[in-house]
Amino acid sequence: MSLYLLCMVLMAVGIYCMLVKKNLVKKIIGLGIMEYAINLFFILMGYRQGGEAPILDKQTPIANFVDPLPQALILTSIVIGLGVTSLMVALVVRIYEKYKTFDINEIRKLKG
Amino acid sequence: MLPFFVIIPLGCAFLIPLVSKVKEEWTGLLANLCGLSLLALSIKGIFWVKTGVKIYTVGGWLPPFGICMALDALNACMLLVVNLIGFLALMYSLDYIKKYTSPGLFYTLFCLLLAGLNGVSVTGDLFNMFVFFEITSIACFALVAFGTEAQELEASLKYLVLGSIADTLILLAIGLLLGKVSTLNMADIARSLKVTGPDNLVLYSTGLFFVGFALKAGLVPFHAWLPDAHPSAPAPMSAMLSGVVIKVVGIYALVRVLFNIIGFSAMASEICIWLGIISMIVGVLLAIGQWDFKRLLAYHSVSQIGYVIFGIGLGTPLGIIGGLFHLCNHSLFKSLLFLNAGSVEYATGTRRLDELSGLSSQMPVTSKTSLVASLSIAGVPPLCGFWSKLIIIVAAFQAHHLAGAVACIAVGMVTLASFLKVQKYAFIVKAKEAVSVIKEAPVLMTLAMSILAFLCILVGLCVFPVINTVIKPAAEVLLSGTGYAGWILGGR
Repeated sequence: MSLYLLCMVLMAVGIYCMLVKKNLVKKIIGLGIMEYAINLFFILMGYRQGGEAPILDKQTPIANFVDPLPQALILTSIVIGLGVTSLMVALVVRIYEKYKTFDINEIRKLKG
Repeated sequence: MLPFFVIIPLGCAFLIPLVSKVKEEWTGLLANLCGLSLLALSIKGIFWVKTGVKIYTVGGWLPPFGICMALDALNACMLLVVNLIGFLALMYSLDYIKKYTSPGLFYTLFCLLLAGLNGVSVTGDLFNMFVFFEITSIACFALVAFGTEAQELEASLKYLVLGSIADTLILLAIGLLLGKVSTLNMADIARSLKVTGPDNLVLYSTGLFFVGFALKAGLVPFHAWLPDAHPSAPAPMSAMLSGVVIKVVGIYALVRVLFNIIGFSAMASEICIWLGIISMIVGVLLAIGQWDFKRLLAYHSVSQIGYVIFGIGLGTPLGIIGGLFHLCNHSLFKSLLFLNAGSVEYATGTRRLDELSGLSSQMPVTSKTSLVASLSIAGVPPLCGFWSKLIIIVAAFQAHHLAGAVACIAVGMVTLASFLKVQKYAFIVKAKEAVSVIKEAPVLMTLAMSILAFLCILVGLCVFPVINTVIKPAAEVLLSGTGYAGWILGGR
């Protein structure tokens, strides 16, 4: 249970970092932390104490195996995270070219 | 037939960069061909679904274990909205996108967006839905920044930060549900939750779904990104964002999860109603003071989405019909208004209402179509917006929700005032000095706008056939609640 709570704490750190930090590079790191927290949460959910890899074999049936479904989901989720992160990095690079700063307080051409 | 809704746009998104190496002009034609075939498929889907729910099992694995795609009346209605607006926006972009460099990239991203939206609509698997969310989101972030000017990049970053938080919260909610019921098939989750009954874990994941989808739909107080992101995109993309994206990834996904998976409770209904009322009022109040044409429209989107979620949140059959009907109507007139704003910007180079004047003589088609759309959004009879607002107001009275009904009427009046301002400054008042250089937008842009204006009038005149063929079956899907599971899984 405490492991799940720690996952939530990690995710809260990521969201805090994305919303509150002024530096765009720190925001990118926050995105990474947030995604890792979710990935960790999924993996923990499928984990069994002393579990084995779920490979079906008729001779030696496995009694206790880890749940493979969350692992498969997380593979997808990691790839998606890579896409979003690289898009964000590209955006930040373009923003730096236009504004010459990473500070979110100075990036304010939009009103409202 | 079902996988073609995803395969066609995804295949085109792959082919367009290759074609653009050979000849840049062909990319637009290919994308339009894709849009047209999707539109034909979705019109066929509306009639096909009359004979019952259609299921496609990916890879032949049966639903509780494999991923399935399902077409019911609600999906069919959403697919029609997505592909109709998508095709018209693509037709409009054939001329409009000449302003920008590398149209090939625009069409690639647009086809990806269509693939994501169709996927979200058609899938029957919760994690699959999340994957299509992300495809939609990434395409949207990139398209908002398509102009790569300082303000567009800033808007896109804002959208990306809030959008990815929303995606993470949705994924966490999916994870919690997966941990509880050990399945990802939407129908199977619904069936398992019915057996176990609601507990705190389900309540927590419902809350996360609410926040995630409300962020995506731009409901107040989660609307901060919307008025920046929607005006910054190229006009056809703004039309897609306001007309379709916030509805499919926000409203459709929310009501699907709330009604068909978790089961609609009194508390969820209260939250929907109050989110709707607050969005309606705050959105329209913020819209009055705007002088940027597209920004004003974006604030009106917040307000009109409030009507939709209010109507659906009432939970009565009439309220749901009104909400869904308003969703379809709003996608017609709001995308028309964004296309109008795009052609005004194309012709004059500005979006500021106080710098425009007397366009009605120079741009007759744009001015007439925008008049139709403005009256429609303000709810003037007999245009389509009037009927859906009327149904929502009647439903609110029937449900004894006086505050909501009064808010609907008041917001409708303020909307009318706000659009009279647009008409007055941009189109009606004559210019002080004659500006003769302004020409009407190119022919394909005017054609796309005319079709949308025609549809606004047509839907307004044939209300009952439209409601009976498209909206009412969709509302019945929502009303059946978790009985949806039985249709998908059958006896299994």
